[in-house]
This record gives sequence, C-alpha cells and structure tokens, in this order.
Amino acid sequence: MPELSTALLSVRNLKIEATSYPPGEPPKRITIVDGVSFDLAKGKVLGLIGESGAGKSTIGLAALAYGRGGAEITGGEVKLNGTDILALGKGGIRKVRGARVCYVAQSAAAAFNPAHKLGDQVIEASVKHGLMSRDEARKRALYLFRVLGLPNPETFGNRFPHQVSGGQLQRAMTAMALCPNPELIVFDEPTTALDVTTQIDVLAAIKHAIEETRTAALYITHDLAVVAQISDDIMVLRYGKTVEYGPVQQIIEAPRQDYTQALVNVRQAIRHEAADQSRPLLSVDHVSAQYSNGFKVLHDVSLHLCRGQTLAIVGESGSGKSTLARVITGLLPPSDGHISFDGKPLTPSLKRRSRDELRRIQLIYQMADTAMNPRQTVRDIIGRPLTFYDGLRGAAKTAKVKELLEQIEMGTGFIDRYPAELSGGQKQRVAIARALAARPELILCDEPTSALDPLVAEGILKLLAKLQEDQQLSYVFITHDIAIVRAIADSVAVMHRGRLVRFGPKSQALSPPFDDYTDLLLKSVPEMKLGWLEQVLATRRMESAGN
Amino acid sequence: MNWAAKFSSRSVSPFRQVDHVPMSNPIETKPAEAERPPGLRWKARFPLLSLIVERLLLSILLLFAVSVLIFGGVEALPGDFATTYLGQSATPQAVANIRSELGLDRPLVTRYVSWLGGALQGDFGTSWASRNSVSEQVGRRLGNSLFLAGFAALIAVPLAVGLGMLSVHFRNRMPDKIINVLSLAAISLPEFFIGYLLILYFAVNFGIATFPATVYEGMGFLERLQTIALPTATLVLVVLAHMMRMTRAAILSVMSSAYMETAELKGLSAARSIVKHAAPNALAPIINVVALNLAYLVVGVVVVEVVFVYPGMGQYMVDAVTVRDMPVVQACGLIFAAVYILLNMLADILAIVANPRLRHPR
Repeated sequence: MPELSTALLSVRNLKIEATSYPPGEPPKRITIVDGVSFDLAKGKVLGLIGESGAGKSTIGLAALAYGRGGAEITGGEVKLNGTDILALGKGGIRKVRGARVCYVAQSAAAAFNPAHKLGDQVIEASVKHGLMSRDEARKRALYLFRVLGLPNPETFGNRFPHQVSGGQLQRAMTAMALCPNPELIVFDEPTTALDVTTQIDVLAAIKHAIEETRTAALYITHDLAVVAQISDDIMVLRYGKTVEYGPVQQIIEAPRQDYTQALVNVRQAIRHEAADQSRPLLSVDHVSAQYSNGFKVLHDVSLHLCRGQTLAIVGESGSGKSTLARVITGLLPPSDGHISFDGKPLTPSLKRRSRDELRRIQLIYQMADTAMNPRQTVRDIIGRPLTFYDGLRGAAKTAKVKELLEQIEMGTGFIDRYPAELSGGQKQRVAIARALAARPELILCDEPTSALDPLVAEGILKLLAKLQEDQQLSYVFITHDIAIVRAIADSVAVMHRGRLVRFGPKSQALSPPFDDYTDLLLKSVPEMKLGWLEQVLATRRMESAGN
Repeated sequence: MNWAAKFSSRSVSPFRQVDHVPMSNPIETKPAEAERPPGLRWKARFPLLSLIVERLLLSILLLFAVSVLIFGGVEALPGDFATTYLGQSATPQAVANIRSELGLDRPLVTRYVSWLGGALQGDFGTSWASRNSVSEQVGRRLGNSLFLAGFAALIAVPLAVGLGMLSVHFRNRMPDKIINVLSLAAISLPEFFIGYLLILYFAVNFGIATFPATVYEGMGFLERLQTIALPTATLVLVVLAHMMRMTRAAILSVMSSAYMETAELKGLSAARSIVKHAAPNALAPIINVVALNLAYLVVGVVVVEVVFVYPGMGQYMVDAVTVRDMPVVQACGLIFAAVYILLNMLADILAIVANPRLRHPR
C-alpha cells in the first residue's frame, strides 16, 4: 500500500462547484470550495469553522460524497481508509453513507421525519445496512440514549419528533448517527439552534459519546468558543479556502492569521456602563400580560431604562423577552400594570397611540429579511417613515434618505437597490436606517444580530453604539447572547419563564451573588479557552455530589 | 410494535454503565399548567377529537345556513309557477287559486319551517309540475348521478396520482412538460365544450360511442358503462389536472425537505426513501385535493348531464328551473350542498387525522 499515513479521512485539493442562475443573466459557475486539504485520524475531532458561505457544511457533506442543492465535487480526493469515496458508484457510496460515515444536521427538528417514531428512525440505517439485527440495534439505541443523557431512555424511542424538545431531538440525531458504529460522524452546527443552557448539555453529551465510542468527527460551527471545547484540530475557512489549519491550542492561543485573530477577539467591550441610572426614560411598572386565550406570558415585570442608555434583556426562547417588547410597543397591551415613557403614561394599545407616541418608539427585528417588503427599494423602505411622520416628499425626502444611508455607513449608491440585492448585514443596516428615519428616542432591538455572522454582527453593534453616542438614543436590546450583553449594556434584565429574575446595572447584575437561573445561564456560555467544558462539568459534578 | 415492551423486562445494558452527570436544568419546573382556564384543557388533551367534533358542528351549521340561502334565493327568483303554468290563460283568479292550492299564500317563515321539517325526515314535498313525490324522483336520479360521478372518480383519481408521480419522476423534462400542458388545456376548456368535442369526434365522426347517454332502468351493467363512456371521459378530463398538479406539488415539496436528505445520507435505497419517508407525508395534501375534486365531480355533473341528456340530478334540476318547479329546485340545491359540505368535511378530517402532531399529542 502506498499510503502509510494513519489518516481515517484524507482530503486532498477538494474543489466543489455549483451553477447559479441569477435572474436575467446567463447561468454562471461558482466555486464553493477551493483547494482544501486535511487529514483526520481515527478517534480525533477536526473543527471546521467559518462564517456562512465559507463552505464548511459543503466540505462536511463531501465526506459523504454528497452535494447539497446542485453542488458538485469537481476535483480532488476524499479518501476513507485509503478508498477514494468519490470514485465509488451510486451503489458503492450508499454502502458508505449511514454505515461508515454518518451526518448530524443543524436542525434536527427538520431532519427527522415527522411521520415515524424516533426509535425506528434511529435504528433504520443500522438495520437496513445489515450491520445488526433489529433487536441488537434497539439495544444499542437504548445504550446510546443513556450515554446521551436522554430522559426515560427505555421509552424515548416510542416518541414522535414533535413530542420531544429541541435539545433532546439534537441528542437523538446524535444517537442516530452513532447507532451503526460509524468510523466518522459529520456534525453540522448541531448546537447552533439551541439555547445556551441546552447547548452545554448537548455539547457535553456529544463529547462524551465521541470519547465513549472512539468515533472520529468533523465538527462544523461558526462559534470558535464551542469548537475549542470539542476539537483536537481546527481549520478556519473563508470564501471556500483554508485560512489557517492547526492544533486547537495554537489556533485559540496563538492565531497566526488576521482573520483568525478577529474571530478570537470578537465582542470585546464596546461600551462602558453609564454611572447615572436614576432618571428613567422608560419605566415598566408591575406589568403582566396574557394572550387572548388566557395563557399568561408575563408575570409582574418591573424595570426601567434611562435616556441615552442600553437595557439588555436576556433569556432563553420562551422566557417572555420578546413578549415584553411587544407589550412596550403596544402590540400586546398589558393585562396589569402600566408603562410610562418620558414621565408620561404610555397608551397601552398600539391602535390608540398618537402618531408622536408611535414615532418616538421604533423597532428593529431579528429577521431584516422578512421585515422589509421585497418589492420596495431602499429609497421606499427608508422614505416611508419620513413621509408618514414628517410629511417629506420628493427631493427633500431623497436628501434625507441619502443622509440616513451615510449615517449607517452604507453610501448613497444603495438607494435604488432591492432587499434581495443586499447582504444580511446590509439589510439589518437598512432596517436601522428605517428606525432612525422616525427620529426615535427609544429603539427596541429584538435579537438584531443573532442571524448574522460574528464579524458582521460586530459591525452592527458598533454602528448602534456610535448612533447612540451621536443621537442620545436609548435601546432595549433583546438577546440570548451574554457576550453581547457584556459588550454593550448599561443595565441588564434576566428573564425566565415569563418572570424577571434579575435586574440592575450591568456591573451588579452580572456579578455574584447570583440567583440559580442567572448562575446557570452565565456558566453555560462557552468561553474561548481550552478545557472550559470540562471545568464546568467538574463543577457541576461536585455540586451534585455535595447536594 | 411497542418499543418499551421489548425492553422493560431486560433493561440491563450489556455495556458499561457510564458515570454521566444528569444535566437537567436545576430550577426546571412544570409549565404553568394550572394557570390555563379549564375550557382549554379538554382541547389540549384531545386535540384530534376536539378538532373533528368542531368540523362536524361547523358542517351542520353551514348546512343550516345553506338551507336558508336556498329557500330565500329560490323565493327571490323572478317569475312564478302559477303564471308560467297557466301561460296565456292566467287570470288573476286562476293564479290565486293555484297559489292557495300550493300553499303559497302562507307566510314565508311558516313555509320554510314546514319545508325544513319535511326535508329533515327525507320528505321534500310534491313536485308542482308532475304532482309526483320529489323524494322518490330524487332517489332514482341521485343514484344515476352518483354512478356517473363515482365511475369518473374511479378512473380520475388513480390516473391523476399516477400521472403526478410520473411527472415528478421526469421533473422538468419532456414527459413532465407534456403532461402539464395537456392537463392545463383540459382544465382551461369549459366542460360543455369538451363534451361537444367528444360527441363530435367519437359519436358523430368515428361512431364508436353512443349519444345521447340516456340510461334507463333494466339496462345491463356493461351496456350502461358503454353508454356513459363520453360523459365519464368529459368529467375525468375536467378534474384530472387539478389533482395531478397538486400531487406533483405535494410530492416535490416533501422530496425537498430535510428529512429526505437524511434518508439519502443514511444510504437508503430510492424505493425505501419514497415509500417509507416521502409517501406518509405527501398523503395528507393528496387526500385533501382528491376529496375536494370528488365534491366538484358530484356538483359539476350538472352541466355534463344536460349536455349528454343523462337522467341524473343535474338534468332534473335544470328542467325544474325552466318550469319554476320550486320544491324540486330546492331539494336538488340542498342535496348538492349537503354532498359538497360532506366531502369537504371528510377532506378536512382526513387531513387532520393524517397529521402525526394531532394524532400523537405531546
């Protein structure tokens, strides 16, 4: 045998292309991955990291000789134990997929078939490939459910996908990948869609399962702090090319490339906490809210925000943080308590608010995409509030739109573009300009950066901070990301299950002594240092032993 | 096949038990179940049953509303049976006589209540024109209509689903395009036009089909089938396109879902992917569109029956309208509405039952 290397997976000069069909133009070939090479030894984990569009998922799928959405592997080799799997025929590759190489998708909720029980789906590949009998596969699934810490492992397989939580589904997907005893598993952002407190459980479960079964893995993510906990080596990708490739310690502690350094240093403090937080612009006083079916979603929430400052509201999905924003905007009038703005009571219902009340409070959404009319140009999108609130038309309106475009650092060249012609970060900037056009005093930001890549998000946060400086804006910033809170907030509100569990200036809210929930939340946020996960787990073990 | 049953007796793992820390949320509590008002609880516990009961009640309510509309609508029609019947000899006295004989001098609400009361017991009154029992006539003709519609459905449904699958298989290639264009052309032409075209070519020019398609009692089954060949073909052509295109869309949308990619990445064969993973999920939308089209078949049969002189409900109704024979018009209208509502309700309920989220609540 010519190859003496011990690599389980050996990728050489991988090139992946796709054909794109831009409307009104001839189709063109685009290169998604170009000249990527790496080796992965048995039982090791390689982290692939990069922003969206970096080609990391495409490389992961190439390990199964699969091209998603028209992507074609046009060059290079992918060798699994010395066999080039790209050269296998249809039948040959089918014997590799689901048997020797398995895949864990980002959204387990979509990747499980809603019509079948989880247990049947977990063992399907093992049984169909003839690796084990149905009974053996069930035994193994039960073992894996235990290893992955799933509740009631004996009956877990009887459940349908919609009957279990997102974190449990992700672990079930991992069990499904581990079941046939594969040589390699590709994890494609397995924890990205989860809350931090769930993420840490899944991460620990995956790490434990990998160690237990001695399976090699490709771990794909955009979060360097996460990948640092689980990988032996890291490859940083950008625009389909390798930026840096090395052992995890070198990448985290001594990154060589500028881009890697930027990723490592993302979200350093942008804003220092304001000293005086005594005169509120917005105060929320014992507010409760319920849906029309009587389901109570907010319980007795009181907090305030001062002019020119930022209040960060943190919590997991379902904690009521977005509902609180809906109550402040008047979309969901409170069932109890009241809200005052600039010293005067705020009309509870949106429909009854005066135009001036509407103008002073604006919103920025998580999905800039869906918050803009795709058939309107940037000029119309930003111009609408100018006409609505200030009656601007014609040249005066155009001049103001251009001024706003300068403020959001985009340049006037974008004025006649449609949303589809903008990148994710640019769309969010246009959404900010639309909010600014109303000359607001308070902007409610509902996770405005959580759909963006870290460096792009960083740019948006810096822009918001600059605008706040220049125009004395106040922000209510809703997020699930503690790192953002640390970077931009003056005061912090922590929400859990519709209740406010903690509120105060950042320095106090994020320092001990903590309540149980805040403690859990803060400890769950991955830190950019080696061995963090082990530390947290060791602490937990000690605590549970102490109890 | 129960997962738990196989293991409850021998749940000792052959593998090393791991010292895995249970990492549940330390302050996890039960969701605020107690704060829900009691009315919601029944709905939350039996979502399937409550949805089906809701659909049933809605259908009954709808049918009642339709009966009011039909009665009111027929009442508001211009023209009057007495004047039409008497023609030139319509003296005011003769008209008044006929009106009182038919009970038309009673107040509107009284007539509605007695009509609805009769209809609920299956008695639709007496035809003004023929003085026969409406129910008896309707019974015979409804059978004929259902025979025609049912036979058309028997051909159209498998054909549409088959063609839909075929066009998915040849997606965006020539067979797919041909199927699409032809079925679109068929749906774009009004049914009476298709009917006349078929008569022209198959009955007149080639002489291989019979026209008119009049069936009568005592006709043999095979002879009957031969007679209704042309109206059946017309109906099939009309409903085919919609079902075919919805089947195609349903299968395509399922094929592009993430769980089909999972199936492929598990190395499953194409046949298993489709039968085991795609079909159960594509079924609900297909059932839905089939039921809707069956409803259309039964009602759309009116025009086709008239064109082919087929003695069904549709022709009966059209004849009754021309002579202002109101009891017949009302009876036919109500029966058509009931069939339409029934089939739509079935479509709804089947779609609900096909949804695993509702079948297996949390």
